[in-house]
Order: sequence, then C-alpha cells, then structure tokens
Amino acid sequence: MTNWDADEFGWFGGAGAWGGRFMPEALVAALDELTVAYTEAMADPEFVKTFEDALVDYANVPSPLYEAKHLSEQYGVKILLKREDLNHTGAHKIRNVLGQALLTKRMGKSRVIAETGAGQHGVASATAAAYFGLDCTVYMGRVDTERQALNVARMELLGAKVIPVESGSATLKDAINEALRDWVASVDHTAYLFGTAAGPHPFPSMVRDFTRGIGDEARAQCLAKYGRLPDAVAACVGGGSNAIGLFTAFLDDADTAIYGYEAGGDGVETGKHAATIAAGGAGVLHGARTYVLQDGDGQTIESHSISAGLDYPGVGPQHAWLSAAGRASYEPVTDTEAMDAFQLLARTEGIIPAIESSHALAGALRLAPTLAAEKGKDAILLVNLSGRGDKDMGTALDYFELASSKKGEKK
Amino acid sequence: MSTASAFARAKAEGRAALVGYLPAGFPDLEGSIEALTVMVEHGCDVIEIGLPYTDPVMDGPIIQAAAQQALDNGTRSKQVLQAVEAVAKAGAPTLVMTYWGPIERYGVAQFAADLASAGGAGLITPDITPDFGQEWIAAADEHDLDKVFLVAPSSTDARIAMTTAASRGFVYATGVMGVTGGKQATADVVRPLIERTKATTDLPVGVGVGVSTGAQAAQFAQYADGVIVGSAFVRALLEAPDRATGLRNLAALTEELAAGVRGRA
Repeated sequence: MTNWDADEFGWFGGAGAWGGRFMPEALVAALDELTVAYTEAMADPEFVKTFEDALVDYANVPSPLYEAKHLSEQYGVKILLKREDLNHTGAHKIRNVLGQALLTKRMGKSRVIAETGAGQHGVASATAAAYFGLDCTVYMGRVDTERQALNVARMELLGAKVIPVESGSATLKDAINEALRDWVASVDHTAYLFGTAAGPHPFPSMVRDFTRGIGDEARAQCLAKYGRLPDAVAACVGGGSNAIGLFTAFLDDADTAIYGYEAGGDGVETGKHAATIAAGGAGVLHGARTYVLQDGDGQTIESHSISAGLDYPGVGPQHAWLSAAGRASYEPVTDTEAMDAFQLLARTEGIIPAIESSHALAGALRLAPTLAAEKGKDAILLVNLSGRGDKDMGTALDYFELASSKKGEKK
Repeated sequence: MSTASAFARAKAEGRAALVGYLPAGFPDLEGSIEALTVMVEHGCDVIEIGLPYTDPVMDGPIIQAAAQQALDNGTRSKQVLQAVEAVAKAGAPTLVMTYWGPIERYGVAQFAADLASAGGAGLITPDITPDFGQEWIAAADEHDLDKVFLVAPSSTDARIAMTTAASRGFVYATGVMGVTGGKQATADVVRPLIERTKATTDLPVGVGVGVSTGAQAAQFAQYADGVIVGSAFVRALLEAPDRATGLRNLAALTEELAAGVRGRA
C-alpha cells in the first residue's frame, strides 16, 4: 500500500520529492521544537481528549452529513454535503486552530500569530486565542482586508490585532511572508498558527491531522446511513486544509475517487487564476517544494480568484504528491462556475455556501453526469461544504448586481 | 581573489573583512554595478549581490523596497549573472545571495555552472540549510564554488557543527533574531554565537543582519572575522535625492565601515 504520509523530514513521496523544509536556520529550532511537541501531544491521550472535547462542546463538531435531496434529484446522483459551514466560526478552520492553540498552551507560549486570506482562519485564530487566553496578531493582505471587512471587524471584536500587509500583491502570500518575518523575531514566546496544510514541515502534516476529522466523520456517517462508501469525494483546494482534511480518511479506499477543485479565476487560459496544480509548475514557496504559480525565473506570479480563501499561488505538498501519484485529480473551476453553484445551492437547498466551498460544489456538479452514467442514481458524491457564505455577501452583491436590481424594484 | 583569500588577507592585516550587499538591478542594472564597484573601491573586501525575489521572508522593508524596484525594472536571474560578471572584475570576490525558489527554477546545476563562468565566487542561501541543500552542495563542489550557510542565535550546537561542516568560504552568523534592516545587533547576542560557531570550524565567521554602523563594525571586529552590511548600503542609495549624491553617501559609508573593521570607529 502506498505511503501517503511524510517521512521524518517532511518529504512526501520520497526524499527530495514534495514538501520538506526550505526555511531560514533561525526558524529551524522552533520548527524542530514544534515537531517534537506535536508528536508527543498526539500520543498523549489527555491532549487528544481535551482537543476532542473542545471540538464537540465548543466548535459544534461533528458536523452533519446532509443529503441535498433537490440537487440529488436534479443531477441524478446522491449528493451529500459535509456541513462544515455549521461549525463555530462558520468553517472547517476552527478544527485546526483549536488543535494548534491547545498545542501552544502545552508548549508554554503566550502569543499566537496567523495569516489569513478570506479572514476565516484569522477569525478562527482570534476565536481560539480568546478561548485559550492567548494574545493574537493576524496578518492580512490589504486587498483582502477590503474584500473581507466584516471578518476584520470580527477579529478585532474577538480581541485580535489585525495588521494589513501592503507588500507585494497585498494578499495571502504576502500575509504569510509578514507572519514569518514576525515569527523570526518573536519565536521564543510566539507560536505561528499556520492556516493551511502548506508551509515547512511539520505544518502540512500537523494541519492535516487537526482537520482530518472532516473525512473520518464523513466516512463513518456515510457508512452508517448508506451502508457503503462514497463513489467520489470533492473539496476545494487553495492551500488545501479542508481538502486534505476530507481526503485523508479515503486515501486507502480504492473505489472512492478523490477530486480537488482549484480556483480557475477568469479561466486558466487567461493567466488570471489560482489553479496551482492544474496550471502551475514544481517549485519552492513558503518552505516547501510543491506546485506554484511562477514565471520562468522562479518569481511568484500573483494568483487571481473571486474567492480570497483560494487566492494563493502555492498548494500543500501532500496535494502535490497525491496529484503526482495519480491518487487525486485536481481541476480548475472558474469564478463564473463557482458563483453559479453559490446561487444554485442557496435556491435549491436554502444554504448559502462560502465562495470557496462553491468551487467544490461546482466541480462536483460537473462530475455528476459522468458519475450518474457510470453508476446510476444510487451513486454517492460527497462534497465538503467547508464554510458558510455570510462573509461573502459583499462579493455576491457586486457579482450579481443584486443591489442595483433591488433599486430597480423599488421604482 | 577567492573569498578565503580575502578573509585571509584581512586577518593578516589584523582586522575583520568588510562584506557589502546590494540587490542586482537596484536602482537599475547599470546603477547597481556602478554602486557595487564604488563599494569595492572604498573598502569592501567581499561583495554579495542579491537576487531580487517576490517573497523575501528574511528581509525587512528597506531591502524589500529595493528588490521590488529591481523586479519592476525587469531584473531576473540572467541580469544578476551579468552584474556578477561586471562586479567581479573590480577585484573583490563576488557572491550571490538568493532565496531558493529562483535557483530551483533555473536548475541548480545550471545556475552553479553559469555562476562559475560569470566569475562568481558562490552563493549565500538564507532559506536553505545544509540538510535540505544536498543538490546545491553537490553542484557547488563540482564547480568549485563557496557555500555560505547561515547560523542563528537559536541554532543548537549540533546544528552549528552540521552547518559549518557543509560550508565553504565563510560562515554567516545572523546577528539578531529578526529580519534585515530592523533591530540592531548587540554583543550579548553576537559574541556567544561567534564563539559557538568558531568552536566548530576553522572557517572565517562573519556577522550580518542588524549591523549598520562603523561603531558596530569596530565592536564586532574584535571577535568576528567579517562584518556584513546590507540595508544600510541600500538606504544610502534609497534616501539620496539623486544618484551622484547616493554614490557619494555610499562611498562615505563604506569608508566608515572599512575604518570600523580596522578598529577605528
């Protein structure tokens, strides 16, 4: 059986392949300390129980697996939605930060820093910091603070300090750069709550382990209710934490196909996208060898997506390995396809998904006819609804020009 | 002249070597070559040419701004090699300081070959450590290039030993826990790190990050073999009203630092 996990140096798919730790020496001691602390914590039943209790009592986990009856009827397969949008703070991100913040307490550090794109990880980090009594600073690209002003307000209400990042493209990748710069100078008392399953070892493995409950629960829920495993599972992929959190439970289930949907932006052919695996190349970004969007000189190219949470020119190294090994398929979904799915889910099921998650749904709906033709109407297609769309209403208003049509109605 | 012989010459003169940094392409390619040549003429023993990169996590706002300007005017790996070729002719060993992404993309072996034929002395690699740098180590050895890895105040003794064992040219001791151009390095952090590093190697050990003045150079020259300055040189050019003034300020700063490494602050 293929080993999908990283080795002790953080390499996925063999030494020198994907992942690793391309980092300044100044941070190596902290990364080593974190690796040891995390390994010991995961082997400590008391830590695991405290983490699970926090998930259940505080974060509203396990999230339900909901059969979307109207959509299923319309598309001719059973479409199941893993309702991570119902978690506390509105996305899967709370799982990761509760794990990392608990680990921070265990390591005796008093401050956490985080980067955020859509603001979901920032809100989750600010929440976990409030819950565990830690100081919290969140770095967020200035462009994103404008796109996601409501989440900035949330973070500040929760007591976090939000620092807008002006450098580079002023989006998620630059927020990561700035958080790393903070961390180099503050590492003795500060933990970096990394928001996705990317970055240097041990983050890709650690973030996966804290989010893998998504797939473990969904797999058990599916078996319990339908007596069998899904034929396909789907998730959106930016850095890839919700996706790896879903996929991990199914990696050894040979009959379950795995699909990751990347942000296709205006379309891969336009160059304005964030489809790192589908249209990028192998390179090194933020401490790992993985697929990145870069020019011929290895300079990072700015990514584009209507969804701030997917607007990242890199991707977690385990996804690079799953793609290279052929275990998972990664395809782009355009802004238009995602917004169509966003509206469709709202109208057919009464659920407003995050625009990130709408990419997963759009990809899954594209897949549904093939699945229906091959396996019939009992085929099961499981989609991770990683977050809710309240934060995206500003973007949606602009996109659908609802605001102007409303004014029209009043006249 | 090799990096090793530049440090040896300084040592024979009873002083530390002065290592100066500027990014290639700042303010433009010609301007960076001119500025680096001024630095050699006024007392830099070793030159570091920065390869501008979109995501420089070890650099503060000053070097970020210079690198961004270089990227905006089209400076890429090829132009960096042109700068190396031009500056090396001024007589000081010339190394490239680079983040790892652009080298991977160029091809590690190919970059090593092209750097060597441009007359470059080697690489300083702020975001790879020897344990993740095997490909570079092999390429550097094949092309007789210096491998300058970094040690930090947070490094364990075991990691310092591992790092110095893989280094050639000199060892770069990070003077502060932080990015370039930020807080000032101080003796209480620098001295123990230099001593821990020298306990593992006969290679010269230079201190950089947080070093900007002649007085600091004089202080650190008492126990370090080299003093490395970057942001202060960039600032001298950034803040000047015109290019001629910038070069005059750069020459004056170089002389101040060159006096510093000779114990005259």
